[in-house]
Amino acid sequence: MAKNKISLIKEFTKGLWDENPVLVMLLGLCPTLAVTNSAINGLSMGLAVLFTLTSSSIIISTFRKIIPDEVRIPTFIVVIATFVTITDLTMAAKFPEISKALGPFIPLIVVNCIILGRQEAFSSKNPVGRSIIDALGMSVGFTLTLTLLGAIRELLGAGTIFQIQIMPDSFANWMVMILPPGAFLTLGFMIAGYNWINDKLKTQ
Amino acid sequence: MAKKNSEEQRFTLSSSPHLSKEDDVNKIMNTVIMALVPAIAFSVYHFGWDSLLTIMVAAGSCLATEYLIKKMRKREVTDTSSLLTGILLAMTLPPGLGIGFVMLGSVFAIAIGKEIFGGLGYNIFNPALLGRAFLQASFPVKMTTWEAPQHLAMDAKSFATPLGGYKFGESVIQNAGDYIDGLIMGNVGGCIGETSAIAIILGGVFILVKKYADWRIPVSYLGTVFVLGGIFWLISPANYPDPIFHLFSGGLMIGAFFMATDMVTSPVTPLGSWIFGIGAGVIVILIRLFGGLPEGVMYSIIFMNAFVPLIDRYTRPKYFGEVKK
Repeated sequence: MAKNKISLIKEFTKGLWDENPVLVMLLGLCPTLAVTNSAINGLSMGLAVLFTLTSSSIIISTFRKIIPDEVRIPTFIVVIATFVTITDLTMAAKFPEISKALGPFIPLIVVNCIILGRQEAFSSKNPVGRSIIDALGMSVGFTLTLTLLGAIRELLGAGTIFQIQIMPDSFANWMVMILPPGAFLTLGFMIAGYNWINDKLKTQ
Repeated sequence: MAKKNSEEQRFTLSSSPHLSKEDDVNKIMNTVIMALVPAIAFSVYHFGWDSLLTIMVAAGSCLATEYLIKKMRKREVTDTSSLLTGILLAMTLPPGLGIGFVMLGSVFAIAIGKEIFGGLGYNIFNPALLGRAFLQASFPVKMTTWEAPQHLAMDAKSFATPLGGYKFGESVIQNAGDYIDGLIMGNVGGCIGETSAIAIILGGVFILVKKYADWRIPVSYLGTVFVLGGIFWLISPANYPDPIFHLFSGGLMIGAFFMATDMVTSPVTPLGSWIFGIGAGVIVILIRLFGGLPEGVMYSIIFMNAFVPLIDRYTRPKYFGEVKK
């Protein structure tokens, strides 16, 4: 990654499309597949990751020069775990229903590869400002993908998006879409669609 | 399978096998479809013209989906395998399932069961069963609402299948006469193509004789169900149904003869076929006796389909003069 040569805008947008954490890097698949049975769950999961990733990126990149190389991974994990605990308790207090729906997947953000991956690959080597942009881009990309995935599954599986009825009453819900197989099917088609669009863009 | 019709193909150099048989994909598929005719006839007799409509809709949707996807992939439709998939899928559906559901299942079977993997020959799972599994997972209530066959004097719209009756405690089969009329002739509730054991065996034996299906798979599959079901029956006849009931109820017959023997998704080696059949038989008995569902044929075959590459790998025959590593 060429430092300082990439513009800040590029740094942000790469997380949205070129290096989308879910569709391209296939990171964080555990929450991606498990909690996206509705759009709201996907969005909340994304926002939880957004807060955790951005906050820990700020801390890690601030202290990047004084963290010894040998213990960097434990250090990252401790920092990440701190913010995950904050997220977990805040959600449990403010949004108990969503917290219940997401279940253990909020505490599991600690071991989410996207977050550790960004610390290792980016914020431990780059200044604070750049790290924040990178973290925001990645987590917005993650959030959008999860919300879209959740919306598609909710639309077909329950006929609604964000609990607003979209499908006509005669539509029989495809229950399988809100069950685990639906996550795999939808994600597969989203990745296929991503690659198809990318191919089209490249050949132009 | 090469067609030897044009001049330039006369001197084609190719890798072995150089002797080609008369059988090609289309001939095999059409023969299997013919073998299904008795079962189709019985289903029309038992469930009325609706069942023929279901079969036609499924077959038509499968062909249309295949054509559309081949067109998207810039290929041509070269075989009638999707027609067979459609017919098989329809035969595993309950009578009276809406046309829309049948079409959806057919599209899923061809698009995701087969073409996503690269078309005929590359699919891991039996497409017809995958279509059924999708419908079963999506519409569990619709898929387990059974209509009574029209020759039973019953007014009830919904009706218990023999297996469902066993599972949920209201036995449909009470005396020996019910076995002949119900399970063997097919005058019971169930999916449109699965109830009549005699018609399926008729067609099944035909394709076995034609060698379009490996006889080891139905033999080991049915044999395992019979033996294992028999053992449980001997242990406790009050709690477990007898092995004859196991053999002729549910979708076991059509599964054993037409689904498990699918050339693409079953092992190629003789030993592998035995393992495949025995494994599927064990799963059927486990699901029927101890699982939450009344019937396990569909899941047993799909489950064993997933193991086929592994089975093939470990049952590879030694070539002549091979040195053991």
